[in-house]
Amino acid sequence: MKDTILTKLTSKFGEGSFVSSEFRNELTIVVPPDRINDVCRFLKEEPDLSFDFLADLCGIDMNTPEKRFGVIYNLFSLKNKYRIRLKVFVEEENPVVPTVTTVWGTANWHERETYDMFGIVFDGHPDLRRVYMPDNYEHHPLRKDFPLMGIPGSIPLPKK
Amino acid sequence: MGLEKALGDSFLLTKLDDAINWCRKNSLWPMPMGISCCAIEMMAFAGPRFDASRFGSEVFRFSPRQSDVMIVAGTTTYKMAKVVRKIYDQMPEPKWVIAMGACTSSGGIYRTYSVVQGIDQFLPVDVYVAGCPPRPDNLLNALILLQGKVQRGESKGTEPAYVGEPPAFARQRANV
Repeated sequence: MKDTILTKLTSKFGEGSFVSSEFRNELTIVVPPDRINDVCRFLKEEPDLSFDFLADLCGIDMNTPEKRFGVIYNLFSLKNKYRIRLKVFVEEENPVVPTVTTVWGTANWHERETYDMFGIVFDGHPDLRRVYMPDNYEHHPLRKDFPLMGIPGSIPLPKK
Repeated sequence: MGLEKALGDSFLLTKLDDAINWCRKNSLWPMPMGISCCAIEMMAFAGPRFDASRFGSEVFRFSPRQSDVMIVAGTTTYKMAKVVRKIYDQMPEPKWVIAMGACTSSGGIYRTYSVVQGIDQFLPVDVYVAGCPPRPDNLLNALILLQGKVQRGESKGTEPAYVGEPPAFARQRANV
């Protein structure tokens, strides 16, 4: 299955577009951000692959000067009983990733959560609002530079 | 009734305030503000095994308009704080608050950006109950302490009572 995926991806998108690695029989593919939507659609709609289930989508803060933020897509193919993981990395100055809500509807709330916690903007998302934090909150709590106890006074409390 | 038998033709004298407070303390209707796991112990407190009705407090009211004491049982987040305060504001005077459990009293294990480190930051608390969660007996103890406060006419802003360790110690230990 692993070879099928890699062969089909390279024949479709060309040699050298991806970096793939394998750890304990789990395939991980790093995709350039502008390609992610096409790759996801291809993986879902190609009959031999049919990764029809987006099991999870989450963000990561690598806390590095370059390619600080990442988005991780965990895909599952119900037909082939096979899982792969896609990764996308973006720069701190402009953390924008194209949305995959057009491919899997379930990505909607996952992307909202990732936006809420990391401040990664999903371009083309139909309703990119916060999920957990108050709507007018200015920070992104799961970033590595966010203090654990929060920023004092950033969320108002009712008067005693 | 036994009272007439004991007193015969005589009568009792008391202050009106004392009589009213005596009535109040024996029918404290709780507002169950069950926000997380402490709420399970709060339900046991009202159930037949621990039986809060022995102290006149079995009538849990889900309307703040009919309640006297709010039992805040659970982790209070900043988002929930507004709701808790609003419900407290809807309760008629006089009213009291029991902070049940470590999370409610001091943030508990949740030393994090989303949890209020003690509801005394936005509510006047009358009794703190330590524990994670406190046993229903501890909540009964808190109720009895609160009855003492009601009888003495103590309400908002008076010195709180404690079941177990005061939350200030826990906060001090964690440098919050």
